[in-house]
Amino acid sequence: MNTAPSIVAVVVVAIATVAIGTWGLRFSRTTSDFFVASRTVRPALNASAIGGEYLSAASFLGIAGLVLTFGADMLWYPVGWTAGYLVLLVLVAAPLRRSGAYTLPDFAEARLGTPLVRSVCSLLVVAIGWLYLVPQFQGAGLTLDAALGAPGWLGSAIVPAVVLVNVLTGGMRSVTFVQAFQYWLKLTALLVPAVILLTVWIDDGATSPARVGADAAAWSLPVADGGGPGLYLTYSLIVATFLGTMGLPHVVVRFYTNPDGRAARRTTVVVLALLGVFYLLPPIYAALGRVYAGDASSDVLVLELPRLMVGGAAGDLLSALVTAGAFAAFLSTSSGLTIAVAGVLSQDAVGRSRLSGVAAFRVSAVIAAVVPCVVAIAAPDLGIARAVGLAFAVAASTFCPLLVLGIWWRGLTDIGAVTGLGVGFLGSSVGVAYAFAPVTSSGWIHALMAQPAAWSVPLAFATMVLVSRATRHRIAPEVNRFMVRLHTPEAVVLDRGDS
Amino acid sequence: MTQQPPERVRVTGPPRRPTRRRTRGREIDDQTALGAVLMGSLLRAQLRLAVGLLVPLVLLAAGIPLAFHLWPELAATEVLLVPVAWLLLGFAVYPLLFLLGAAYVRRAERNERDFAELLEAAEG
Repeated sequence: MNTAPSIVAVVVVAIATVAIGTWGLRFSRTTSDFFVASRTVRPALNASAIGGEYLSAASFLGIAGLVLTFGADMLWYPVGWTAGYLVLLVLVAAPLRRSGAYTLPDFAEARLGTPLVRSVCSLLVVAIGWLYLVPQFQGAGLTLDAALGAPGWLGSAIVPAVVLVNVLTGGMRSVTFVQAFQYWLKLTALLVPAVILLTVWIDDGATSPARVGADAAAWSLPVADGGGPGLYLTYSLIVATFLGTMGLPHVVVRFYTNPDGRAARRTTVVVLALLGVFYLLPPIYAALGRVYAGDASSDVLVLELPRLMVGGAAGDLLSALVTAGAFAAFLSTSSGLTIAVAGVLSQDAVGRSRLSGVAAFRVSAVIAAVVPCVVAIAAPDLGIARAVGLAFAVAASTFCPLLVLGIWWRGLTDIGAVTGLGVGFLGSSVGVAYAFAPVTSSGWIHALMAQPAAWSVPLAFATMVLVSRATRHRIAPEVNRFMVRLHTPEAVVLDRGDS
Repeated sequence: MTQQPPERVRVTGPPRRPTRRRTRGREIDDQTALGAVLMGSLLRAQLRLAVGLLVPLVLLAAGIPLAFHLWPELAATEVLLVPVAWLLLGFAVYPLLFLLGAAYVRRAERNERDFAELLEAAEG
């Protein structure tokens, strides 16, 4: 095994990322550039950037491994991660952009009119962001270990370092270019090897992956096994992924960089296309892995398959290409999350000190990246896609009800929102605690604790509605004006308070 | 950020080229009865559209696992040598999601155009 091509690939991706970021710096001048690229990113570029940012290590490495191990029920991960954008498009995209706020806490405060909701949302953004960052950094360690034989902590430390260089110098504007580039890099890095591996597979007689192995029929079943609890697990996964996307802090921040609500919608449709093309590929790796890789360690299947199927220098080159793509996946998602968490920290914690806007943002970015980096090195590895799935469950149980009710229902009150966020967070945290706790169970108890979304999301919605009804006198006085701002097309001139 | 920002004062010279004609939203901004009716109808139309698009999505997401749970032998069914679950969830679902999204954008923008025209007619 020759690791030189992979080392070169990782170095090239890191240098290209910093170089494009520095080039983007020429356009970065103001605090607004740092946070939201001054809201001037056009749909095609913005959609590539969203795709680049969203396709994390979980999509690039995790899905193929899960599908190889567990079969077709894991296909709900990529389907849900795409369908999440459709739900986001029809329920929140344009109104969220038109709200004119920078971040989720800004939206909550503008809609509900109290600083308390703002603080709760800030805490949640940081919690979800860090929950999502830890598996990215762990995946980076795994990748460098599998591709180069480097110790695990090295990858977990390099990725935050490159991310910080980029975020500290350029902020949101330069990261937009970097992430658009990284979408296309990731697509190429999976597509080219997939085509070559498929031709190898056809030359070998095209054994159907669905007919290999003892549990062939179960592998093609799109429901988790285990009867009723299995069906529940699958539904819960669907709820978490379909509804969680809209509550991810790095996704939401991207919507504020659209020029207006109409562009926000158009961007989302392009994102649906870009994700749809990308997600055709990981299942191909899983299927070929079933024929060629047997019981390969699941999270590094994508990295090892080229070497297993095509030996020699060609295999090393293909391996280098997928390693480059994986590295791009860690970098882009981590950049987006770091910016989102840093944006909230700098507005609500660090910004309260005497630092200027940009300096506060930089200090916050360091905090945002270093904390999950330390956790990634110390905490046990859960499997990338599963850990990211927990972040989706928390987002679906907290920000999804806040956004949907806040945008479409005048009756939401601050007390209702805070209680609902609390209930949803506690409910979904059961899953996080269960994943890290050294206990196991089976049957219904396991299902309800491992995937809480199917009960915690409806519980959070119900709490918000019922408590809001009970505290009707606290409906924000400005709510009607705010609703007008959310839903009125840009062709109508209003006092939007932001332009 | 609880209070509204102060009224903006625009300082400009005489216009050099004609500005694009835009609908003025005084009716809805000032919360008149007519504005409230128009706004309510836009909100209802957009919500109806959103729900109408989510229904097929919910049916799909609820139906596929249920069907395979009730009839596990479906997993062995193959279309063009590919098991049907793989064909549905690995491939067919993505064009469907894109088409639903594109259809939504077209209709949402039509609703908004209608709203702007109504508003213009109302304000004369």
